[in-house]
Formats: sequence, C-alpha cells, structure tokens
Amino acid sequence: MNIFDFEFAGAELQALGSGAVYWPDQELLVVSDLHLGKSERMARRSGQLLPPYEGIETLTRLDEAIAQTRPKRVICLGDSFDDLDAGRSLPEDQITWIARLMAGREWTWIEGNHDPGPLEFGGSHRAELILGPLTFRHIATQEGRAEVSGHYHPKAQLILRGRSLTRPCFLKDSTRLILPAFGTYTGGLHSSDAALSTLMAQDAKAILTGSTLCEMPMPR
Amino acid sequence: MVALPAKIEDWFTAQGWQIHPHQRDMLDRAKDPATLLIAPTGGGKTMAGFLPTLAELSDAPPDGLHTLYISPLKALAADIKRNLRRPVEDIGLDIRIEDRTGDTTQTQRKRQRADPPHILLTTPESLALLLSYEDAPRMFKGVSRVVLDEIHALAESKRGDQLMLALSRLQALSPDLRRVGLSATVEYPQAIADFLAHHPAKPNILEADPGPDPNIAMLETDEPPPWAGGGGKYAIPAVLEQVRQHKTTLIFHNTRAQAEIFFHNLWLANDDRLPIGIHHGSLDRAQRAKVEQAMVDGHLKAIVCTGSLDLGIDWGDVDLVIQVGAPKNVKRLIQRIGRANHRYNAPSKALLVPANRFEIVECKAALDAAKAHQLDGDPRARGPRDVLCQHILIRAASGPFRADELYAEVTTAGPFRDLTRPEFDACLEFCATGGYALRAYDRYQRLVEQGGECRLRDPRLTQQIRMNIGTIIDTETLKVRLKNRRGGTPLGEVEEGFAATLTQGDTFLIGGQIVRYEGLNEMTVEVTRNAADKPKIATFMGTKFATSTQLSARILQIFQQDAWPDLPSHTAAWLALQRDRSRLPEPGRLLIESFPHDGRANTVVYGFAGRNAMQTLGLLLTNRMEEQGLNPLGFVSTDYAVLIWGLDKLTDPAPLFDRDGLREGLEKWLAGNAVMKRTFRNSAIIGGLIDRLTRGKRKTGRQATFSSDILYDTLRKYDPDHLMLQITREEALKGLIDFGRIEEMCERIGDRIDLVELDRVTPLAAPLFLEPGRVPIKGLAEERLLQDAAEALLNESGLNQIQPKQKRWAVPY
Repeated sequence: MNIFDFEFAGAELQALGSGAVYWPDQELLVVSDLHLGKSERMARRSGQLLPPYEGIETLTRLDEAIAQTRPKRVICLGDSFDDLDAGRSLPEDQITWIARLMAGREWTWIEGNHDPGPLEFGGSHRAELILGPLTFRHIATQEGRAEVSGHYHPKAQLILRGRSLTRPCFLKDSTRLILPAFGTYTGGLHSSDAALSTLMAQDAKAILTGSTLCEMPMPR
Repeated sequence: MVALPAKIEDWFTAQGWQIHPHQRDMLDRAKDPATLLIAPTGGGKTMAGFLPTLAELSDAPPDGLHTLYISPLKALAADIKRNLRRPVEDIGLDIRIEDRTGDTTQTQRKRQRADPPHILLTTPESLALLLSYEDAPRMFKGVSRVVLDEIHALAESKRGDQLMLALSRLQALSPDLRRVGLSATVEYPQAIADFLAHHPAKPNILEADPGPDPNIAMLETDEPPPWAGGGGKYAIPAVLEQVRQHKTTLIFHNTRAQAEIFFHNLWLANDDRLPIGIHHGSLDRAQRAKVEQAMVDGHLKAIVCTGSLDLGIDWGDVDLVIQVGAPKNVKRLIQRIGRANHRYNAPSKALLVPANRFEIVECKAALDAAKAHQLDGDPRARGPRDVLCQHILIRAASGPFRADELYAEVTTAGPFRDLTRPEFDACLEFCATGGYALRAYDRYQRLVEQGGECRLRDPRLTQQIRMNIGTIIDTETLKVRLKNRRGGTPLGEVEEGFAATLTQGDTFLIGGQIVRYEGLNEMTVEVTRNAADKPKIATFMGTKFATSTQLSARILQIFQQDAWPDLPSHTAAWLALQRDRSRLPEPGRLLIESFPHDGRANTVVYGFAGRNAMQTLGLLLTNRMEEQGLNPLGFVSTDYAVLIWGLDKLTDPAPLFDRDGLREGLEKWLAGNAVMKRTFRNSAIIGGLIDRLTRGKRKTGRQATFSSDILYDTLRKYDPDHLMLQITREEALKGLIDFGRIEEMCERIGDRIDLVELDRVTPLAAPLFLEPGRVPIKGLAEERLLQDAAEALLNESGLNQIQPKQKRWAVPY
C-alpha cells in the first residue's frame, strides 16, 4: 500500500498518497480542504461553467481512503465546502453519500475560512480540536505547537534533470504538519512562497503525494 | 467600376509611379461583392486594395465608417496608416484615417466608437471586440468595404476563422459590404477565395503578374555542413562574406533559439564589427522597435530574424535573403524571398544554407520546387468549433439573438459553410450550460432563452467575455530584465518552464547577449550581463515546422536518381554509399533498416512524414514493440526517419504498421499526453470554458487557481464525449501529433514494407545517432526519477534546501 510512516510530535502517523493522514493509534483519518461545491460556486460567482464532476471525484477518493483505513474517527480540517451556499446546494446524491461516509463514525468538521461550518450535516463542529498531543485547526498559527493544519494547499516543485515536476505535498517540521488539499479542483501554493517558507523551520521536510510517496527537504 | 479621379492619378504621376495593371483591375472590379487579389511581395498590393476607397471618398465624403482594413499585425496597421496619410495629405483629400489596436488609448477608443473615421485600420481581435459592444450596429451600419491584408497568413490560423465569423456579422449589419482579400502567392487561390467568400457567393480572383523568377541558390562553403543538428554555425564565414557584399541582408531562421545561437556566433566572428541586429517575437517590444527603426534608417547591414519578419512591412532596401536551415515549406520560402528587392519586377536574390548533410538534399528539393512554381498547400480544414463558441459568446455580449438567425449567419462564413445544425446547437448548448452529460447549473446558465431569443443571464458577464477575446494563447512566459540601478532594462521573455530550470549563476542567451540568472523577483527573471563561453539556450514558444508533404515527396524522388551531379560531391558520395551498403528509401514503399550497434538492436523507419508525425510514430511504434516484448529503450525522430534502440531485434515489421492498431494505440496514448493537455487548455480558453490567465492574476499566487490539466482528466473520466474533448482531439490530430500524416504515410506505403537487415550502421542512419531530442521509454518514469533524486538529496545531510542538481541527461542504454 502507498503509505509513508512518520513520527510527528510523539504521534506515529501515516501519510497516504491521496493527501490524507491516518493515525493508527487513534484510528483517525484526517483530510483537509475538500472544497466541495467549487464548480457550483464558480458558476454562481463568475459565470464559468466548469465540468461539474469534482464533487463526485473528491468523494470517490475520500471513500477510497476510508475503505483503505477503516477509521473510527474522521476530521475534515476546514474549507470542506467552497462556501456556505455551496454546502447548501450540493446535489442530493452527494449529500447522501456524505451521510453514508459519516455513518457510524465520530466525524468532526473544523471551521475553515471558506465555510464557517456546514450545520446541515451532522457530526461535531469546532474551531479546533485537541487530541492526545496534537492540535487540529484550519490555519497554522505562529505560536502553534504539535499543530496539524491545512489551508495553504502546499505543493512542491522540483527540477529533475532539466524538467520540472510539481506535486501537492505535506510539509512538516518539529512543531507543524500542513496537509495538502484533498479536493479535486484545488490549486496549490509553492512551498517556496514566502508564506510557507517563513512559517516552516529551516529543517522542514516535504512529503510529496502521488503513486509513491516520497520525503525530501522542503524546496524553498 | 470606379474611375480614378484625375487628382489621384496626377499624384501618382508626380511621384514617378505608374499604376500597375492589377491596381487598375481592382478599380474595375470595385463594385463586385468580393474580390481576391493575388500579387507577389512588392507588387503594390495594399495600394491596390485602397485605391477604390480613395476614389470613392475623393469628393466630400459623408461622415461614418467607409472602409475597414484588417491586418494580422499591429505594426502593419500603423505602417499602412503612415503610407496612406501621405497621398491623402498631399492631394488634400478630406479623409480621416485611424488605427485601432491593443495599443490604442482608452479615450481614442471611445471616440472611435462614437465617431468612427472613414478608414479604420485594425486587427481581427480588435474587430471582434468592437462587435461585442451593443453599439456595433450603429458603428458598422454603413461600412462599404473591408480590406483583408495578408489574408494567406490569416487563413493559416484560428485568427482567420475568427475574422471570417466577424465578417459574417459585419455583413449582417451592412448587407452591401464589399470584401477584398489581398494575398501573397499561394498554391490554391480557390481555397483562399472560398475562405473569403460570403457563402454561397463566389468571389473574383485576380492574379497579378508574378514578376521574374527569384534568383535562389545554395550557399557554397569551404567546410561541408555537419552530419546532424541545426543552426548553420559552420557557414558563418561565408554568411559574413555575403553580408559584406550586399547592402542589406535578412538572415532567416526557423526557430528563435537557433536565431539566438547563430547571432551569438556571428558576433564572435564579426571582426569588422559589421552592424548586425536580431529580431524575434520573444524580444522586448522596445528592443524590437529599435532594431526596426535602425533598419528603416539604413543603419544595419543585416538582421538575424525569424517568422516575426515574415509579413509585409517595408523595412527598406533589402537586397539579399539568407535562409538558414531547410525551409521545410516552399510557400514560406517564396514569401521570405520576396522580402529582398521590394520592387515590382526585379528578381529577388536568396541563398539557402543547409544546416546539416541531409538538409542539402532538402534544400535541393526546395530549389527544384521553387523553380517549378510548385508551392505546397494543404487544403484548409473546417473552422474549429472552439472559435465558433467564442463567436457565439461575443454575439451574446452585443445583445440578444435568435439561434436560427445566428446559424444562418455563421454558415455564410467560408470556414463554417458546412457546419451542421446539430454541431451549431452543441456549441450553443456549451455556451449556455456547459454542455455536460450531467445536468448542472440550472440556476447559473450563461445564456438563457426568453421569448425565442438567447441572452446573457447576467449582463456583467460581458466583461469576462471581452477579456477573453482572441485565439492566440500565449505559453506562460516570464519577462527578463537586466538588473541595474534604473530598475532594470527589459530584454524579452522566456518560457516559464525554462526559467524553472535555472539556478543562480546559470547563463543563457537572449537578444544576442549572454546573461547570468540572478533570481526571480515577483514574476520577473532578473539577470546581469555575463560573458560565459557556453550559455544555455533559452527555450521560446513557437512551433517547429514539419517538412511539407510535397518536399518530402521530392526528396524521395531525388533519391531515385542514378547519380547526383547537381549535389555537392560529399553529399553525392554519401547517398551512393548508402545505396551500396543498404538501399535508398523509395516513393510508395517503406524502408526499415535493422542493425546492431553498441550492443543494442537498432531499427530505423524512413517514414518521411514530417517531424511531428514521426515523433508520434516513434511513440506508437515503441509502445507496440514493448507489447511484443522487443524491449525498446528509446527513440529519436527527425522529419524523415525515426531511430529506435532496444534489446531485441525487429524481425516482422508488418504488424507494427497495421492501421487500426496504430489508431487504437494513439487513443490510449493520447489519454495522459502533455500535448493533449496543452491543446485542451488552448481550446478551453478560446471556447470560454476557462479564463485567460493574465499577468496580474498569476502574480497573486496560485492557491485559488488550479491547472486546466485537472479539468482535462476529470472530463475524460466522467464526460468523455464532451464537446471540448472532441475539439481537443480534432486539434491534436492536425497539430503537434499530426496523426493525419501517419495515415497519409500508411496509405502511401500500403503493404510495401522492406526490412533490410545489416551488420552495422548505415550511412543514412548514422546522422540519426547524433540527433538531439532522444526520448527514453518507460523504466525512466517520473516515479523512478523522483525516488533517485529524493534519495540523493537526503543523503547529502545538512542540506536544508533543494539544490536542483543539474545532472547530465543520460539515456540508459
């Protein structure tokens, strides 16, 4: 299976190729920035009519991650819906799909900057959550310790023998873990961007997603 | 017919000019609804197009737009404005002439819409924009004539398709509009006429006297050209000698990168400090303008240039054109040659410089074709539907419309004359709802129907539509600036992909200077001057042209000669040796050579289908060889052959060339192909699915925007028959993938495949081993590269940042 084991702030975690994190001790699956309802919001706001399949694709991948890890708990680290209206106008089949994924699991929606919290869906809604040694919140804070967050959609660019390769990635140092965006229609912020390179410590690592996960010093 | 008023005739006489017969003909035909004039460069084409306008406006012209002039280049519009204003002012005609391009100021633009000049000079994109305004009917109501300059160049791209759709609209606004097309010499005047026509009417075709045959030859050099590669560096002493002997020389190259390298080497050898400049589309506008002015002022002895100088701006007294590298296409060669001696009835002088041994044969074939007046012209394809989608949106921006009427209107445009109603409806549906198999966006349709009319749901969408007008999609480029105290001199642009491979201290060539990469500041590449010996070569956008079908056929004919007294002796000896060792490729057959070399099995397929199709063929063949367990390791392709190396010998080639199998392989391979994704992106922007990425937007970071590759993958997975994917497939087949020519090759060779097995490399195959652009097959997938790189990086302990290691590219064979 495409898994990368690593230790973070005393917790033994697994990065998955899809961009999710699994914590076996807690039977916890964490995903960030699903941005469900993105194409609907784009149509509403800008008139762009993008292929309306990203919700199906994102939920298919989430379904796979859940099937793969069989978690008891799931945390969505914020920006789960592209905005409140997008959450409300999700197609019926996707709403049932989410309900099915949530059934029998302890499910937490962390509040994001896009969605203050989709109350229509069950589960618990929180600004942040502390579990064992780790704190889960949407946006990393300067003073954060043992903090797991999303928001930035980090991606890493490498130059390999004259060609460039870009992949969404996890970023981690001794105090922070930042997850890549799990949603299908999501762009990314280069790890070399000032916002990320000042946030992350000098010895930060990037774990690149894809069919083989791989760890390397964070490109700056 | 329209008579030329005496005062205009007198002015011509006073200039010592004579009115050419074809200029008279244009006056005679002035009342006809459509006329195509074919005349050689320097034949006074543009004046021929304008004489009827000047005649009709010579006495107290009424206010309002009379003639619209469209050219492919902004610079050409400005140039024509200067040239027209002179007679108008000299004669004292009361005619207002203005141009309107992307460079025109906002106030000027507003005024032009409220109070249009008599003659408006513009580009296809600016015309499309004008037609998107609600006041378009008022502005264009009385327009009588439209003059399309360099129509042969416009007809080669989507800009032409867009222009003809715009004309269909214009004709609806002003039914008596008369059309004039001005074209350089082309192989099929009828194809251009059909393109120009207001269907089903047929335009007149006027062909001017083509003038004397050009004087073309191959440049003789002391040193023979190298076996492979391009650039023509070996010929520099001979080229400098020619520059010395002539007044002004244009030195054409097929690519910008080659122009840069040649220019650099030319200066290293330019001991006399002859004033020579460089001009290509990636240089900063100010830099280009400087070179153009120096040229007009007669300060330059030569310009190293690319296609950016192809179109008919008058650059002064050019008396020699040098073409470096085989011209690939006879039509373009003839048009370039026309740039020398910009005088009617004087022969132009041109020299061809083959870049390598094989190109000697290719240049010979081009010379023969030029002498025989055989230009190559592929019949024009149907108008692409992404352009139609954009036109529908532009139409919607200008106001509500009826679908029936718009369909009737667009099918009067040449490129869309056989567009079916279902095809049109699919485009309309795409514009309105996105056209997805999954029902979506009911509340947010872009177009809604109301009382039988289609209209924009939200009038604010007009702004987005206008922002996205045009069919030219730039590759993502970054500006290059020389770092200095005054904030940096702009030098030009390089591709973003190239910039990403640079690390501080790397040197590269741009605008003939070697510069050192210092860093990326915002979206600008900052450089300093540097005199390194071996700079990298910047990559620029721009296509590499494939050798035309006609030239390929001629090369095969040359191979059939018993001897080659008309080729340089080294080349004749090379071909003779090939005939002796193996055999020469023949028309109507496919030669395949198989021989061991360096412990690997090599296969050479002489397909002569042009570089893009040969590249595709290489990918398809290696895929099929992989399936057959022949373990191919890599391949390299040129315009005429593909060389494949692998572990096992090919013994039965016939099944590889089974056409259905090739097509099936193509479908599979297309799925994840980068060329397809780029093609999709372009069509998606033109069709209005995604917005153009403006510089400002890119600067704000990418967190919110995502790559169009994701849309492509998603559509392929969930909606494989979507209109945008259909369009992408059609585009790819004729563009960089060029499967059309593979099919043409299969047709040509039938089952006549000759496999020749040899014990060593053949003379014709040898240069292929020196070709750049080797493509490794499998085993070298990105994942492996990534793992290797990650491991190496982590091993270098203490390293806290990625040093992109510039490992030398090594092909594992």
